[in-house]
Amino acid sequence: MTWKQMFTSSIGKKLVMSFTGIFLILFLIVHVSLNACIWANDGGEMFNKGAHFMGANIVPRILEIGLFLGLILHIVQGYMLTVQNRKARSIGYAVSYGNGGSKWYSRSMALLGTLVLLFLILHLSNFWLPNRSSQGLSLGGEIDLYAKMQETFSGRDAVTVLTILVYVLGCAALGYHLAHGFQSAFKTLGVHNKRYHIMLKSLGYGFSIIVPLAFAMMPLSFHFGWL
Amino acid sequence: MEHYNMNLNLKVWRQQNGKSKGEFKMYRVEDISSEMSFLEMFDVLNEKLIQDGEEPVAFDHDCREGICGACSMYINGKPHGPWQANTTCQLHMRAFKDGDTVVVEPWRANAFPVIKDLVVDRTAFDRIIQAGGYISVNTGNAVDGNALPINKDKADASFAAAMCIGCGACVAACKNSSAMLFLSAKVSHLALLPQGEPERHSRVINMLAQMDKEGFGACTNTGACEATCPKEISLTNIAMLNKEYLTASLVADK
Repeated sequence: MTWKQMFTSSIGKKLVMSFTGIFLILFLIVHVSLNACIWANDGGEMFNKGAHFMGANIVPRILEIGLFLGLILHIVQGYMLTVQNRKARSIGYAVSYGNGGSKWYSRSMALLGTLVLLFLILHLSNFWLPNRSSQGLSLGGEIDLYAKMQETFSGRDAVTVLTILVYVLGCAALGYHLAHGFQSAFKTLGVHNKRYHIMLKSLGYGFSIIVPLAFAMMPLSFHFGWL
Repeated sequence: MEHYNMNLNLKVWRQQNGKSKGEFKMYRVEDISSEMSFLEMFDVLNEKLIQDGEEPVAFDHDCREGICGACSMYINGKPHGPWQANTTCQLHMRAFKDGDTVVVEPWRANAFPVIKDLVVDRTAFDRIIQAGGYISVNTGNAVDGNALPINKDKADASFAAAMCIGCGACVAACKNSSAMLFLSAKVSHLALLPQGEPERHSRVINMLAQMDKEGFGACTNTGACEATCPKEISLTNIAMLNKEYLTASLVADK
């Protein structure tokens, strides 16, 4: 069995989804922890220090390339698997099985993932693009990201309200995506012991509620002046 | 439960052969006893069709006691009908009320092509088994059954996996038409026992390769298969299959 065969069989493709998924979960932990510094109530000083560390240090900058590669792999593989799986049944049923045997979000991972991707495009163009274009290839020289958040979310105009709505919906889609993805990733890695499985399932549900909720609270906090 | 008779409207998939285009046809069956099995109700329908000079509905059946895995009807949107842990042959008509319309379809998956009406070709499962679902045993005298110590919990888990009757309901229920629950039951069943050890690694790799070749989809852990399985094969087996695959592919020589 070659490495290629190992990762291109039906379980191999799941393994790719699982590895990249867990990598993206780890990224979410870093992202939400750093962003939570906005609630330090110091006018964004701590948050901007954190942002400076991520932008001026070579290690996170290299990891960022890995993050994009992992994200692209997760997206491309996910779509390819969805297409391939749909092709396995040319003629559908007249009466569908529905929610009897599975949760709707476990069957809608491609749709939820697409919603997260659409949100991500807006999110990157709001913050990542302006910041990186100001930095270029140099380390450091970030824009004031706290001020940028304030500018993006504080306004009362229609564009701001719409942006916040997309952020909240994007976080909800992420939550449901994680509610299935978190535990499924570990099943794919072969965690079959009941003890670990029950623990990871609870951990997954907790993670899929707390992390997206924290993210959704960020634009809302700026908008409603809770900072 | 009290016995009662019922009249039903059946919407049944009719298809002359694998190449022809099928369609639903409506039939009415009358005076069906609540104590009949679903297949006996189909026998009544077929007798009526024969008397009327029409072609009877073709469907798979063999033991009619829930252990052979031959019956395969997708009834009202669920493989083997509305009851849990049940095969079509063990589904009794008391599951329905007088005047109900019952929709009956064949298993839908490209790896299970329709042969005729409700009969699908499930030989893909046989080829998966042939690819590795066996153990090596030297011929000669039968060995003492207790010569090889086996952990009781593992023996029980192995037996639970061996309950799989290969009916294909997991494939029929899965949105991806994946045969992963079937494959995982067959792999776990042998991987949990010392007798399965010699071919442990080649088994999972070869059986999975055959499954992929047959055109089944990949698993997304939704759990629809587990919920519909007449033998309640656990999703845990799929996690175990994944572990077996990961180990086998990591230690493979080439």
